[in-house]
Amino acid sequence: MSAKNPEYDFKWCPGCGDFGVRRALEFAMSDRIINREIPMENNVVVAGIGCSGNLVHLLEGDQPYGFHGIHGRTLPIAMGVKMGRPDLNVVVVAGDGDFLSIGMEHIGPQAARNLDITAVVMDNAVYGLTKGQSSPTTELGVTTSSTPYGKLEQSINPLDLYLTLGASFIASGFSGKPRDLAKLITAGMDHPGFAIVHVQSPCTTYNDTYQILKGNPRKGIAPLLWDISEEHDSSDYASAYQAIHSGGWPVGIVYRNADRPTLNQRIQAIQSKVKQKTTQELLDAYDI
Amino acid sequence: MVTSAEAMAQAAAHAGYNAQTFATFPSQILGGPTWTQTHVSTSPILSAGDELDVLVAFNKAAYENHLSEVGAKGVIIYNSEDFQLEDDGKSFGMPIEKLAKSTGNTRAANMVVLGAVASLVNMPHDYLVQFVTRRFTRGRANDQAIIESNIKALALGREQAVSSGFSLGTIPHPQRPEGQQILVKGNDAVSLGAMAAGIDIYVGYPISPATTILVWMEHNLVGPGKFAYQVSSEIEALTALLGAGFAGRKAMTATAGPGFSLMNEGLGLAWMAEIPMVVVDVQRGGPATGLPTKTEQSDLFCCMRPAHGDVSLPVIAPGTVEECFYATVQAFNWAERYQGPVILMSEMSLAERAQNIPKPDLSKVVVENRRVYTGNNGYMRYDGPGASPMPIPGRPGSYVANGSEHDPIGDTTHLPERHVQMTERRFNKLKLLEDGSYERMNTEEPIAVMPWGGSKGPASEAYKLLMEEGTPLGWYFTMYLHPLPPALLEELRQKELVLVPELNYQGQWASTLRSQGVKAEAITQYTGLPFKVGELAERIKERVNASIKRTVRA
Ligand SMILES: Cc1ncc(C[n+]2csc(CCOP(=O)(O)OP(=O)(O)O)c2C)c(N)n1
Ligand code: SF4
Repeated sequence: MSAKNPEYDFKWCPGCGDFGVRRALEFAMSDRIINREIPMENNVVVAGIGCSGNLVHLLEGDQPYGFHGIHGRTLPIAMGVKMGRPDLNVVVVAGDGDFLSIGMEHIGPQAARNLDITAVVMDNAVYGLTKGQSSPTTELGVTTSSTPYGKLEQSINPLDLYLTLGASFIASGFSGKPRDLAKLITAGMDHPGFAIVHVQSPCTTYNDTYQILKGNPRKGIAPLLWDISEEHDSSDYASAYQAIHSGGWPVGIVYRNADRPTLNQRIQAIQSKVKQKTTQELLDAYDI
Repeated sequence: MVTSAEAMAQAAAHAGYNAQTFATFPSQILGGPTWTQTHVSTSPILSAGDELDVLVAFNKAAYENHLSEVGAKGVIIYNSEDFQLEDDGKSFGMPIEKLAKSTGNTRAANMVVLGAVASLVNMPHDYLVQFVTRRFTRGRANDQAIIESNIKALALGREQAVSSGFSLGTIPHPQRPEGQQILVKGNDAVSLGAMAAGIDIYVGYPISPATTILVWMEHNLVGPGKFAYQVSSEIEALTALLGAGFAGRKAMTATAGPGFSLMNEGLGLAWMAEIPMVVVDVQRGGPATGLPTKTEQSDLFCCMRPAHGDVSLPVIAPGTVEECFYATVQAFNWAERYQGPVILMSEMSLAERAQNIPKPDLSKVVVENRRVYTGNNGYMRYDGPGASPMPIPGRPGSYVANGSEHDPIGDTTHLPERHVQMTERRFNKLKLLEDGSYERMNTEEPIAVMPWGGSKGPASEAYKLLMEEGTPLGWYFTMYLHPLPPALLEELRQKELVLVPELNYQGQWASTLRSQGVKAEAITQYTGLPFKVGELAERIKERVNASIKRTVRA
């Protein structure tokens, strides 16, 4: 949406983490078009359904292309765009419900393919748009509108999941620091392969986690967020595993393996060996 | 592996006969009853044929299963190495494998059978020899040896048939159809049609009877900008097409009922966001897992209205193997023209049937491409009452392809007048597709028969029989089920009765026609098998006579 569109009436609640994610994505895309001298239209943002997915309509300034589809299917839509046009920069934006619940079945296959796209996941540990139901990242026992007596399942650790499924780039960020987050998104876009930037993006209305994420010394609350140290070897699987399992939320690049070929590279390698037949030749093969 | 029946079809087509195979497979991989039927004729063939002139039974089970299909004058050839029959006056045994082995080529068993069957109808031996010579001339060192052993096998089969004393008369000389012919299965014709239409991207998930299209594409849709790929589900397949179509590519997937059901939500999105794509539903028996290896025409309702909300997708249903090719080209053209998903309905009996058809002339195939936006940024992609040029990512004209109701630039909206405007825009675009052609005969008759899809074959042979008997009956056929050619719909509405032979319980096409003001009645069958010509002709005649009596009484 280039200017204020009076017809578009969706608004994020004051303080919603998604504002910061939007800023970060705007920074990252602007940097990219300047550094690479490509037009903004080279970017395609594929959005999930949720408060988070509305990001695609709320971007300010030059507009990328957008695809706001159906709940849970950002990854295969993005695959179609990328395989159709490998030259485009394809970014997924989706909530934890969209990405990790209904869309979960698509993460593993994209990781195995090493599809060269970047997924920015806005995790607020709740379903915002449908008014506060539990999500896969909601903690066990938490009361939400759909778990009046407490959530019955344990929460998943998304970073652990991505690592297990074989994503070749995993970063963890926080919506409260858009500049830092932009750097992670840029690193994800620059990474040749499937990059996931998982963002803590609190929902001020249904699950306000700012205080526990950032901590509050006056109340004696220790922050969950901690910065991954400079010494962390992100190319090392064991180190990544350890960072994920050190408690709290790491912020920074958790894992990066830039050596695996992408799906496109694999296809190109095969295609250079296969002889392409014309439609006429294919048809001639059926001659009686 | 080529079966004896397929070899028979190839040899006959090579000699200039018309040939068609029809196969059913068991669901299990090994064992189980597999059979293939071949129909050979000097005139064009439209059905698999009702009864068997020759049954070749490789084992006892096949003999027992198919004995009842053998005609009164039919002959049974059985594999005497596998079982023995008492002399019943219509059968003879042949040690098929042993004879093949004696030629020094164990793989020549098909030719033993072919030699015997051809001899029963006095098909000139030369035809077979020429076929074998051409087929096995492959530029390899052992070509000559293989050709000789196969010719020997033909002769051995022939000797067996001659000494059995059976004969089915003499098949007339073939009248070679004009122009170059190809022998092709329906699914391959679909794949070739997609290539001719300029397909860029194929994404699919294996499912009978559509899998051969995926496999074909993975072999052949290669090269710069081309991509054929097996994904993890039909949901992935359809949503990947959404991305590819959005990115400016021509994309297709093929599936069968269960996969099609999974695609419903995505198809609604394609309609809403205006993304071109072709989805092939090769029907099998349903519902749920249904009858994976049998034929049925029971997906019509779900293909016409697959998704929730106000959606009405274009549907093209070819009736012959030849039409499979042209229907696919047209499905792409329609998708590009109206910018949305087009459903191509095939069915198991077309997909797996090999048939000789006139070779398509690629230079005459008309290929359409979507109108592409070439202006500056700030484009109103969804403006106007009908299809508008489509922007392609990477170039100016960025917008949001949106599955929520949207304003012209693609932002979500809830305004009532917008929903009215956009709904009408989407339905208006269907008017671009009213150029479908149709067949018509004896249009002055108040009663007509109008099959759809693969039932066209048996129905047109039944129609021929009824014409010979003088039954008063008109004929209509179109593969453009939705939107129907408007002139055709007008004609149908004038009829007292339109009889619709179709392979489903509910009479889905008849019901659809009734909802459009046509007095249509279905003639249904839901056995998992195609109609038999004779039976169908009887059923049509009964209905015509009943209707005439009703009219006279009134
Ligand atoms: C197939 C389908 N099921 C359910 C919904 C309803 N729905 C819309 S958004 C949403 C969950 C959103 O949660 P999340 O992805 O975490 O995004 P958030 O709103 O928190 O940003 C659901 C269940 C839908 N649109 N489609
Ligand atoms: S409900 Fe939560 S996630 Fe949705 S806009 Fe409001 S704060 Fe953000």
